[in-house]
Amino acid sequence: MNLHGIAAIYRFEMARWKRTLWQSLVTPVITTALYFVVFGSALGSRMTEMDGVSYGAFIVPGLTLLSVFMQSIFNASFGIYFPKFVGTIYELLSAPISSFEAVLAYVGAAVTKSVILALVTIATATLFVPLHIDHPVAMMLFLVGISAGFCLFGFAIGVWAQNFEQLQMIPMLVITPLTFLGGAFYSVKALGEPFRTITLFNPIVHVISGFRWSFYSVTDVPVWSSVLVTLAIIAVCMAVIAWMFRTGYRLKQ
Amino acid sequence: MNDAILSIRGLRKTYGTGVDALKSVDLDIRRGEIFALLGPNGAGKTTLINIVCGIVTPSAGEVLVDGRNWQSEFRYARERIGLVPQELTTEAFETVWNTTRFSRGLYGKPRNDPYVEDLLKRLSLLDKRKSEMRFLSGGMKRRVMIAKALSHEPAILFLDEPTAGVDVELRRDMWEVVRKLRADGTTIILTTHYIEEAEEMADRVGVISKGALVAVDEKRDLMAKMGKKTLEIVLADPLPAVPPELAEWKVDLADEGHVLRYQFDSHAERTGIASLMRRLSELGIAYKDLSTHQSSLEEIFVELVHGGGRETVPGQGLSLPAGGTK
Repeated sequence: MNLHGIAAIYRFEMARWKRTLWQSLVTPVITTALYFVVFGSALGSRMTEMDGVSYGAFIVPGLTLLSVFMQSIFNASFGIYFPKFVGTIYELLSAPISSFEAVLAYVGAAVTKSVILALVTIATATLFVPLHIDHPVAMMLFLVGISAGFCLFGFAIGVWAQNFEQLQMIPMLVITPLTFLGGAFYSVKALGEPFRTITLFNPIVHVISGFRWSFYSVTDVPVWSSVLVTLAIIAVCMAVIAWMFRTGYRLKQ
Repeated sequence: MNDAILSIRGLRKTYGTGVDALKSVDLDIRRGEIFALLGPNGAGKTTLINIVCGIVTPSAGEVLVDGRNWQSEFRYARERIGLVPQELTTEAFETVWNTTRFSRGLYGKPRNDPYVEDLLKRLSLLDKRKSEMRFLSGGMKRRVMIAKALSHEPAILFLDEPTAGVDVELRRDMWEVVRKLRADGTTIILTTHYIEEAEEMADRVGVISKGALVAVDEKRDLMAKMGKKTLEIVLADPLPAVPPELAEWKVDLADEGHVLRYQFDSHAERTGIASLMRRLSELGIAYKDLSTHQSSLEEIFVELVHGGGRETVPGQGLSLPAGGTK
């Protein structure tokens, strides 16, 4: 195992993150905090409770994950796309590092950034809404698992993308709508049929439900379903990335 | 010193576009030598290097690094290889120090600041170690790329067009760096289309054209085998035209009839010089000076690449067309 190689990539990615801290941490936290101000402090008192939780507090897990989804994808995709774009990918491809080790380093760094972002966002939310975490260990496990899944997804997008437009297309046109329609702002139980059943095909619903359960012990779908969907996202993305490295898809000629 | 550190066997590459970039290349690189791979643009030089380094997937063939397969034992192989690519590709916001240290770590080597410091010093980069890459000149960036390639102490260094786009002074500096590396025991394979570069530095030369190696030989032997010599006879009085009596030597006139030139094969049993001089004497053509000129590697290169009709016999010296040299 090339531990020095993994550490080098990890440190490199974290250094890049530190250089762009305003863009990668401060901006998403401020943006999410504005949601808490509007829906928690300003409008929250006029809205009905969701599953016995005040509306402002109810939306914290979903909004935190929205931020995590976007930053996980952006960080991981940019991490592998940028070397492709500027040409420094040659160094990674010619180094004595396996594809597993390379993915571990890039995705590990991206997961670290996403977890820090989520924790800072949650800490910021406590300033505006009443917040409690019923299952902190489960919350951390969900957070790491969900971040890993979406960072792997982002890494695959970074390998696939051939320009900056493609890099942004999936998070903006697919992930954001699925999150808004995936129970970030409401309980799926509030939907009538057939929309409720249709919504359950959206994997984001399961992910947000599990994460919200770790806060307030309320769910839209069973917790086991949330765990399974999270693990499935990780497994599918890992399989796709393994195929990409095995075939050299858009990495090697 | 003659054992192969790198063996390439039957290496072929056909790109998705159908272009045959390499056509079954066989090549042995000797430990500690400087090997220059010459060829025009698009000949397959970079493809060959990129396959050995793991950047391009071959269509067929095998590469052995110290006798071990470069794919099944990729860690062993890649730890021993450093690559300076043709393009100046760097992380603009990284400092010289950090990017060099990054490369060392990436190649699996533990942190060794004294080594990195010494490396930067040898490449005259130490005073630039805190500079971000975006503030460096092209020549400096090229040096940093060499530092990155050497950061993990490789036994083999690939230099793909190392002096492309650098000024004459820096090119001389680069040559000095390469010589020092060779003196330290590093095997160097450089591609270039600057013949002067190969002539100056290489121990052996390979010429690649349209994906095939058309010649591999010691630089001196290559020049000797392919090197035509020209006898220049400075005449006492200029001639208005070549006398018909000299037709069989195929001589020509230069310098407004003051110089008579005769091209000959220095390795032939009969060069034709003696008979030419006799005939000049018989014709009463007086001369005041004689000199010979050896073909440069550049002339040989043009002959090989554009001469055509040669079969590849890599590793066994120069391949010749049917009928010997032209």
